Amino acid sequence: MKITAANVEHVARLARLELSDEEKNLFAGQMDAILAYVEKLKELDTDGVLPTSHAVPMENAFREDVTEPPIGTEKALANSPDRADAFYRVPQIIE
Amino acid sequence: MEIYDLTIHELHDKLKTGEVSAVEATSAMLDRIETVEPQIGSFITVAPEQALADAAAADRRIAAKDIDLLTGIPLALKDIFLTEGIRTTCGSKILNNFVPPYSATSFEKLKQAGAVLLGKLNQDEFAMGSSNESSAYGCTRNPWDQTRIPGGSSGGSAAAIAARQATATLGTDTGGSIRQPASHCGCVGLKPTYGRVSRYGVIAYASSLDQVGPLTRDVTDSAIMLAAVAGHDPKDSTSVDVAVPDYLAALTGTIKGLRIGLPKEYYIAGLDADVQSAMNSAIETYRRLGAEFVDISLPHTDYAVATYYLIATAEASSNLARYDGVRFGHRTENADNLLEMYCKSRSEGFGAEVKRRIMLGTYALSAGYYDAYYVKAQKVRTLIMRDFIQAFEGVDVILTPVAPTPAFRIGEKTNDPLQMYLSDIFTIPVNLAGTCGISVPAGFSADGLPIGLQLIGKPFGEETILRAAHAFEQATDWHMKRAPL
Repeated sequence: MKITAANVEHVARLARLELSDEEKNLFAGQMDAILAYVEKLKELDTDGVLPTSHAVPMENAFREDVTEPPIGTEKALANSPDRADAFYRVPQIIE
Repeated sequence: MEIYDLTIHELHDKLKTGEVSAVEATSAMLDRIETVEPQIGSFITVAPEQALADAAAADRRIAAKDIDLLTGIPLALKDIFLTEGIRTTCGSKILNNFVPPYSATSFEKLKQAGAVLLGKLNQDEFAMGSSNESSAYGCTRNPWDQTRIPGGSSGGSAAAIAARQATATLGTDTGGSIRQPASHCGCVGLKPTYGRVSRYGVIAYASSLDQVGPLTRDVTDSAIMLAAVAGHDPKDSTSVDVAVPDYLAALTGTIKGLRIGLPKEYYIAGLDADVQSAMNSAIETYRRLGAEFVDISLPHTDYAVATYYLIATAEASSNLARYDGVRFGHRTENADNLLEMYCKSRSEGFGAEVKRRIMLGTYALSAGYYDAYYVKAQKVRTLIMRDFIQAFEGVDVILTPVAPTPAFRIGEKTNDPLQMYLSDIFTIPVNLAGTCGISVPAGFSADGLPIGLQLIGKPFGEETILRAAHAFEQATDWHMKRAPL
């Protein structure tokens, strides 16, 4: 396993991160070391073992379909970096 | 004995008789915070006006004879808990100006009991770290030795107890983030069973592992805090509807016949000599108290850290996708289009450790690697859970060290993330298995650094580990020692 700066760039794009060249090189080396370490899981035979995604067995957690008061537009927008009326404003999406 | 030295139950007694008012208690705490904060840095935000208003309200309740165990008790919360109207950063620059529009259920419960909120505590950014060094607000220093880390990620929550800046605190634990700092700072830290405490309003890191729990001066306080926050919450679909027992009643002081398991994988050759010797004397103490010891094996222990760093980072990469600069948090000023806005806002707002974990998690979930990394780790998680189920067929609790060494020096492991990750080797398996664990003061190193022991219980077995922890505390005086401040 050898993580290259190009691999890092690809993953950064998927993760919506923009990394400096310095970060790319640093992360390539560190991810390489960490991924080499996790290779040890391959020593274990897990054929027929079911994956665990949740530690406590649970049925569907439903509640009664009752309307409750919403948080409200002003509260919901209070932390927005940029707003216009009752909307979040973002850079133009459609050319 | 100063007011800030008292436990919850001691302060409660004084509040009840009127010897001390809630405003006096809160003022004493705020003065103490002001005095020691420049050295320790436990807090990200102190909220004195709010605290004094809460305290005055508590005094009115007490005057009306409406007093709960937590009424008028000055508490502080890790900055991962949403507190309506009070800035919540999660240790990150990306939430530097975030003021939550609602509160975490655990905070609401404490407020209803009449507790006072002093402020918000320092932590590793998004709870990712074992040392508090990844906080965007500076590293908290260990009150026992200020050149050392307090542990993490709930480092501020532990340091504030050791430095006497709050009577009790709440933290969160994803891979050891309550128990490890509690061990390093000489306080009691409880990670309840997954699902025991609501996580509504707690900023998510790794959702299949995160759990809320208290850090306190003693085990009685731990039981009081757990009782206050435990229980099913309709707002958290992962909280479990299991009755909340009377945790205080579980502290009987007797553990005769308790079967304690010693897993051979935890008492390894590389264990720090001071930690080993603290464990040896803890075993002696328990033997004297009438416990029986059973040698057990948790054969997949050595795979826990690798499993954790795949599952936790995968979940983190998904959870942290919400920080996009649109609805809250930092937004870049240098973007011409939406994609650029996402990438630059995130890259400017997140610190190195958060970026590293998002990268690892994204990699583990990406096309071609999903089965080899993420699903493989989930399967090994099943094996680790089975280890615990089998072990608990023959024992009531498992006794282990919390961390392989006492608190390390600030800067010692920052250049080697893998070494940092390996410091959580004894706490991570408990989160993967979804069960409960408690860290209790059990001695000091030759350098005077606190060392904790860990008691691991069955799922929803908090009463048993609290009882065993309490009996140990009654037989020793490690929890009475004070950091030199």
